[in-house]
Amino acid sequence: MPRRKATVAVFAALALAGCTTDKPPATQSSGAPAASAAQSGQGSGTGTQSKFFVQADFDAQLAMRSQTPQGPEGKPWEQAIAPEMTDTKTFKKDGPYHLCFSNAAVNNPWRQVGWKTMQAEAGLHKEIAKFTALDAEGKDDKQISDIAELQAKGCDALIVSPNTTATLTPAVKGACGKVPVIVFDRGVETDCPVTFIKPIGGYLYGADAADFLVEKVPAGGKVLALRISPGVDVLETRWSAAKVVFDKSKLQVVGVEFTDGDAAKTKSIVNDYIQRHGKLDGLWMDSGATAVAAVEAFEDAGLPVPPITGEDQQDFLQKWKDAKLTAIAPTYPTYQWRTPIIAALKILKGEEVPKVWNLPQPKITEETLPTYLQPDMPPLHYALCGCEDLPGFPENWGGKKS
Amino acid sequence: MKRALPILAVLVVLLAAIAFVNPFFLEPAGFLAFVKRAAPLVILAAGQYFVIVSGEFDLSVGSLVTAEVVIAARLIDGDESATWPVLALLIVIGLLVGLVNGVITTKLRVPSFIVTLGMLLVLSGAVFLWSGGAPRGALSEGFRAFGRGGLGPVPWSVLILLAAGAAAIWLMRADFGKTLMATGDNERAAALSGVRVHRAKIYAFMLSGLAATVTAILLGGFAGVSAQVGQGLEFSAITAVVLGGVALGGGRGSVLAAMAGACTLEALFTLLNLYGISGALEFTVQGVIIIAAVAAGAVRLPRKFTPRKGDAHAAS
Repeated sequence: MPRRKATVAVFAALALAGCTTDKPPATQSSGAPAASAAQSGQGSGTGTQSKFFVQADFDAQLAMRSQTPQGPEGKPWEQAIAPEMTDTKTFKKDGPYHLCFSNAAVNNPWRQVGWKTMQAEAGLHKEIAKFTALDAEGKDDKQISDIAELQAKGCDALIVSPNTTATLTPAVKGACGKVPVIVFDRGVETDCPVTFIKPIGGYLYGADAADFLVEKVPAGGKVLALRISPGVDVLETRWSAAKVVFDKSKLQVVGVEFTDGDAAKTKSIVNDYIQRHGKLDGLWMDSGATAVAAVEAFEDAGLPVPPITGEDQQDFLQKWKDAKLTAIAPTYPTYQWRTPIIAALKILKGEEVPKVWNLPQPKITEETLPTYLQPDMPPLHYALCGCEDLPGFPENWGGKKS
Repeated sequence: MKRALPILAVLVVLLAAIAFVNPFFLEPAGFLAFVKRAAPLVILAAGQYFVIVSGEFDLSVGSLVTAEVVIAARLIDGDESATWPVLALLIVIGLLVGLVNGVITTKLRVPSFIVTLGMLLVLSGAVFLWSGGAPRGALSEGFRAFGRGGLGPVPWSVLILLAAGAAAIWLMRADFGKTLMATGDNERAAALSGVRVHRAKIYAFMLSGLAATVTAILLGGFAGVSAQVGQGLEFSAITAVVLGGVALGGGRGSVLAAMAGACTLEALFTLLNLYGISGALEFTVQGVIIIAAVAAGAVRLPRKFTPRKGDAHAAS
């Protein structure tokens, strides 16, 4: 009897252990290997530099900060910074057009807002007869087969938002020979796409946030850095840039912690640090999703909220205003989802486009906060959607008509 | 109480270790903050205990917590007057999910492991479909008060925990508890001696659903809307119960020990964090605990149980 019972129990334990690997990936930036646990903050200092860090890219992105973008005023999604134009005459053809889009996922609020914006943009143009989109649901293998499937559908141009950089490269290369390819958000390791569209990038995001803290927090102040998860390229760049800034500053980084994008965990971590150090003088965050939870941790502890960095989600902007925070919100604008449609049409009409289309990447400051705060929009709406002039706004984005 | 002694001893050692590293822990505010943080898991573990002691599993509680928080945010949408109706609705949903789990497990004879795993997938899929990964709406201040506010210096969640804990202990001392224990220990013998085993198990699942609802209210109140709020909670709850010395397979262990197990797990995580060990290890720690606790239980079994002739266990 005991042996039999033990066998059952051990089996159950094994089965339980097996199930943990089936848990759905974190919704933020899925498809990332959970690597490099070694570099999590060990009590103090900023730790070792990320293996994703590339000094030249860092320098290039920070240089773009001061450059004036070219393009129509008030339409940042059509602007480009330091564009090097590429010829597209070979792709010129008559409409109407069939555009295709292989989407990495729509599994987080950022991608939700972007995807709605892109659909609305596509609806603006009469020359687009058909817009076919496939959602890869955050899986590389599905996106590879999606791209192959779309090639058989007679697309005139293919837009790709890659799930991961390296794995999707061969699939994009394969498509390049057949249709003009437009890549945006994350890149691929080939220059075969006609254009690669992105905001300036993660280094600027991280540095903007860190610079703000260096300016606002007195020397020697204790700063806590909160990150979503390790090993995701677009997030690693944000932190690695902040690390460079903090290393040069007189600030003391007392911890670098991973929150998994979970509000309860964020609140607990901040609480722990408040208890351990008595107070914190600054809070650096690599994204805004849990910024409100972090602010609440100070409020619940009855402490003033120190300078904090967030993002352009409405819930954070609202909190910023209500609690009169000292804050900044760097952005990774969702208006970039409009640009691929515009680029595809330009390419099919034979107009030249930038080879690397660097979109402006503004940051929200105390002065510009009233412009971006939209109380009628849902809490997880991203203010820089550039979607206010599109048909269906605000209802299609979940907002209320004011 | 006697059964809970070993785990209480471990808990005291861990709490002392935390206090050693972080003296603030000894102050009432510091300790209450810890209890407040542990409360959701403790309540969830109590619910899980009922199911486990009756010989089943409930893997659906984590996604039930997520579903309830997302539903609450969408329905309340910041409207204070909707708080109480939505709270009532959440309780109904929790009980209903438990009822479905219980009925399918007992009446259709599908192993609860499969039923609740399926429920986990159904709920998380439905939440994703409904919210598209981005929960909408907002919780009202009144709703959030349960997880954030307090009666003077004592957080509401601590009071709710005390009430839930007392109710759980009372339930296990009442006839229901004895019935449930008998069902988990030996279903056939219990049935033969007139216990309505199916009904007992269905109630156990419903209690687990209710516990998940309370957990959802506390967690949603504590940190606000999130589509990941319940992620992995089912494993934490099962680990906590096993850590409390409750036998997987049912029939043994006390609810107090299960709740102490949850406190111990939370204390362990707090301690790991205080020593700067990454939260990524939490899953590993839980895995080791589950295997070690079950293995230890299996090794001890022959000495504790003197095999009786005709023990129905051997036949079942």
